[in-house]
Amino acid sequence: MALALQTFSTVKDANAALKAAGTRYLGGGTLVVRAANEGDVSVSGLIRSTEPALSAITVSGREVRIGASVTMAAMARHPDLSSLARAARAVGGPAIRNMATIGGNLFAPAPYGDFTVALLALGATVGTDDGEVPIETFLAKREDNHAIVTSVGFSLPLEGGFRFLKISRVKPKGVSVLSIAAVLEQAPDGTVSSAHIALGCLADRPMRAKAAEKALLGRKLTSDGIAPALAVASDGTSPITDAVASAWYRNEVLPVHLGRLLLA
Amino acid sequence: MAKIPVQFMLNGAEKAEFIDSGTTLLNALRDKIGDTSPKGGCHQGTCGACSVIIDGELRLSCLTLAETCNGAAITTTSGLSQGGVLHPLQRAFLDAFATQCGFCTPGMLMAAKVLLDHTPDPSRDEVVEALSGNICRCTGYEPIIQAVLTAARSNSQNAA
Repeated sequence: MALALQTFSTVKDANAALKAAGTRYLGGGTLVVRAANEGDVSVSGLIRSTEPALSAITVSGREVRIGASVTMAAMARHPDLSSLARAARAVGGPAIRNMATIGGNLFAPAPYGDFTVALLALGATVGTDDGEVPIETFLAKREDNHAIVTSVGFSLPLEGGFRFLKISRVKPKGVSVLSIAAVLEQAPDGTVSSAHIALGCLADRPMRAKAAEKALLGRKLTSDGIAPALAVASDGTSPITDAVASAWYRNEVLPVHLGRLLLA
Repeated sequence: MAKIPVQFMLNGAEKAEFIDSGTTLLNALRDKIGDTSPKGGCHQGTCGACSVIIDGELRLSCLTLAETCNGAAITTTSGLSQGGVLHPLQRAFLDAFATQCGFCTPGMLMAAKVLLDHTPDPSRDEVVEALSGNICRCTGYEPIIQAVLTAARSNSQNAA
């Protein structure tokens, strides 16, 4: 069944059109066209906006603002965002990265949405015409979101402070068994002074590993130092089960991979 | 539903067609324009068989709506050979037995062409990465990787 696509030059007009029943926003197409191809009859119309701000990346000092239509490929090759390129390159193959957008990734269900795991660890904010909300708040209610996401914003971590790991069975690229992103700050004595750890595939959407974060504070990044954090890494998780891995398996291997990430 | 016009360059030739809104580029190319070189495999963005090059970037035509391609320059595998002479990649695929059932081959060729357009002398890892969105169930990938590396060497020798 063909879908009617309406294109608007402004987000405001596109938001108004999205109020019609059955309409979905079209970003890169990797989620919504895929759903339509699969036979999702709840999608009867597509809306998109070509407002230039949606495709802009602005970096001012450590403050970053990325338009929602920016693709993973554009993100990965931006010279000021090289520390995050690994997370952007973790998404799909080259063709998918040329299409998939930052905004769309926020809505990708597990086992997809690897870049959103990075954004969650970065403590990003999600912008719409209605204002900005913390990404945790946004993710918790993303099904209820009816306003077009226009941008995400975050502060670049200090050099070496961002870590990202995606585990998949197919090399070099495959669907995630799990993904982990961490933003760590250390005091001059090497102890962890701040920790943000986000997990992918350990719930139906990216989640924070808050117990592990708390257990890392004041500890050094050594095998003994991180042991308490690994012991509570699975607290609060509710992993998905799919063809790639069972929920049990994902929980079992989480401490192993988190340990590798922290000791890297 | 009223038809809408789309117009783009396909393999260097201007194409114009009337389509239903929401038609994928894959369906427009195959069913309306008659270029059946992009293959419809999964229609989910997973297999890469429908890969085409749009304005120099590799894209999946099964997830791209044709009307978003107005004014674009599109390359498909049909546009690789010139005057009956195979493109170096096509020749290398034949020589390396890099094609068996052939269903993935057009997508593989498109992914490889984009790689060599931007990286004329790629490493093996770069070839593997470039082909990472394309699935082949026949060859085990190794002949394809070798074919791309051979084509790259052939290109650099011809340029020297």
